[in-house]
Amino acid sequence: MKRGIVQSIATLVANSYLPGFWKGTIYSGKIKYLCFPGLNCYSCPGALGSCPLGSLQAVIGSLKYSVSFYVLGLLSFFGTTLGRLICGWLCPFGFLQDLLHKIKTKKVNLPRSIDRPLRTLKYFLLLFFVLFFPMFLNNQYGTAPPYFCQWICPAGTLEGGIPLVLYHASLRDMVGFLFGWKLFLLLVILTGALFIYRFFCKYLCPLGAFYGFFNRISFVRLHVDPHQCTGCNQCAKSCPMQVPLPSQPNHHECIRCGACQKSCPGQAISLQWNWNCRNETKELPRETVSKEA
Amino acid sequence: MNKAKYFFLILSLALIGLGLTRNEQLTVLRKAIRICLECIGIG
Repeated sequence: MKRGIVQSIATLVANSYLPGFWKGTIYSGKIKYLCFPGLNCYSCPGALGSCPLGSLQAVIGSLKYSVSFYVLGLLSFFGTTLGRLICGWLCPFGFLQDLLHKIKTKKVNLPRSIDRPLRTLKYFLLLFFVLFFPMFLNNQYGTAPPYFCQWICPAGTLEGGIPLVLYHASLRDMVGFLFGWKLFLLLVILTGALFIYRFFCKYLCPLGAFYGFFNRISFVRLHVDPHQCTGCNQCAKSCPMQVPLPSQPNHHECIRCGACQKSCPGQAISLQWNWNCRNETKELPRETVSKEA
Repeated sequence: MNKAKYFFLILSLALIGLGLTRNEQLTVLRKAIRICLECIGIG
């Protein structure tokens, strides 16, 4: 099935509370007990489910708890089953970036010396803004705000902030520095996505960072058939996330977009659901790449 | 490495169950059904 269709359906399903859009309210039913796997703000008027990052920070930052087994369990479940396929196929904010990247502009791949350190930023954001700050930086009441949502998350500004501020005059009166900062950050991120493929996912998304830990073990995985691989490196050249292919098809940066599959002349790469405990998707030795390159 | 996925699957389900017994889902719901002013850049 075409990825764009799945992404459209996922985005529509995640934001299918239509009355919210014309009433300027948000859904308050029981589906919000559950987290949507991708980045989708729960203050979006159409959102049916909860944002996993917002929920995690909300529980950690609450008076009653300092860790959230429930949200971490949900995230681990999504990660173990699908890994970063969620980023490539289900995340609404990832879908938006894909659409923006289709606009004809000069496309840029940052030099390795800049790209590498920038990619570590998302782990920093996960560790500090999502986990440690809500855990330790409490106010006088013993609670903490969702620091990532408050200072960084572009999905919250786009899906929740802009429509709700446009709808409610009372919210417009409250707009200040923070809203300006988040609007600026949103513009930077959306502009970045025009030139750099998945700018936010590559460098800033803590959710992608978390799911990346599961890519090597997830049930959904990329398999490179060593008998069919000629080592032509077309997969590596076509990969928009710069994953080291074909040696590491289940690298933590792979979002399962399928570009490598399409580019492979020998059809050696396939996306599989693997139940087996036996290692059937053994990764190719690195020499395969260098020998043929 | 390949047995790890079953380990993490069971672990994730156990974590969800543990979270449910602590009623963490109520905190998630409480936060999610009100407009989050911090998330939208107001508070």
